[in-house]
Amino acid sequence: MMPELGKYAVAVLSAYGATAVLLVALIAVTLLRGRRVRAEMQRTEARGRTDA
Amino acid sequence: MSLWEYANPVKFLRLSERVLPWLWGLAVLCLAGGLIWGFFGTPDDYRQGSTVKIIYIHVPAALMAINGWFMMLVASLVWLIRRHHVSALAAKAAAPVGVTMTLIALITGAVWGQPMWGTWWAWDPRLTSFLILFLFYLGYMALWSAIEDPDTAADLTSVLCLVGSVFAVLSRYAVNFWNQGLHQGASLSLDAEKNVADVFYHPLLLSIAGFVLLFLALVLYRTGTEIRVRRTRALRARQGSGAGQGAGAPQEGSA
Repeated sequence: MMPELGKYAVAVLSAYGATAVLLVALIAVTLLRGRRVRAEMQRTEARGRTDA
Repeated sequence: MSLWEYANPVKFLRLSERVLPWLWGLAVLCLAGGLIWGFFGTPDDYRQGSTVKIIYIHVPAALMAINGWFMMLVASLVWLIRRHHVSALAAKAAAPVGVTMTLIALITGAVWGQPMWGTWWAWDPRLTSFLILFLFYLGYMALWSAIEDPDTAADLTSVLCLVGSVFAVLSRYAVNFWNQGLHQGASLSLDAEKNVADVFYHPLLLSIAGFVLLFLALVLYRTGTEIRVRRTRALRARQGSGAGQGAGAPQEGSA
């Protein structure tokens, strides 16, 4: 259940909301780039083996 | 076994693959535990009302913004002194995490300051040095992406990191150096009497642990990504020079 935040509800919820948006964006960008780079490296390694 | 073993990218990647699942798991547990406990399970402060709940994100984010820069400083010094590529890449990997923490601290501080101080922003020593630290983070990232040669970029960003450390120190101790401004002193201290009340202190510690673990997980993961980018670039250069030789094209210095 939601605690009673009174007249500061907007301030508290917007602080938590902004933090959630920034952290989720950071984690998503980090993981997506990590997966893309890993796949790219594996493709490059495979190409190297084929060429050899 | 020596710490320097992990300057070897292969060993570093192997270690991070083993450690990362634990770090992610613990970070989520501590972060969720600290924030849920703080938000739902603590009372309002008698002066600040429910805005005291912002402490569970503002203080840990500010702590990681400053300590993130110090982590980059140590990694940069290791690069400058011992020329280990992994340390330069770890510093590079930490910057986007640090800048996000700084931005969270600035936003939550403004949102907290408005109802308590009657203003979103003041040119207070701590706030100002924090804003400068934020600009240093942006400058550091811009410098990395502006220079093509990775070793030159690592050299120049390391020097920038050394200079920026002054503002990281000021962000932490500005309140003590200049006894003026709106911002209060430290909320946490080794001196128990200076800490916030226990009812706020324990969820705050858990939240801080969550932010520290999340920072470590993100930096470790991102460092792995930077190592793979570097390896891919090296493989492509080798393949490119090999193909050139195969086609009979002269390749200066490709041996």
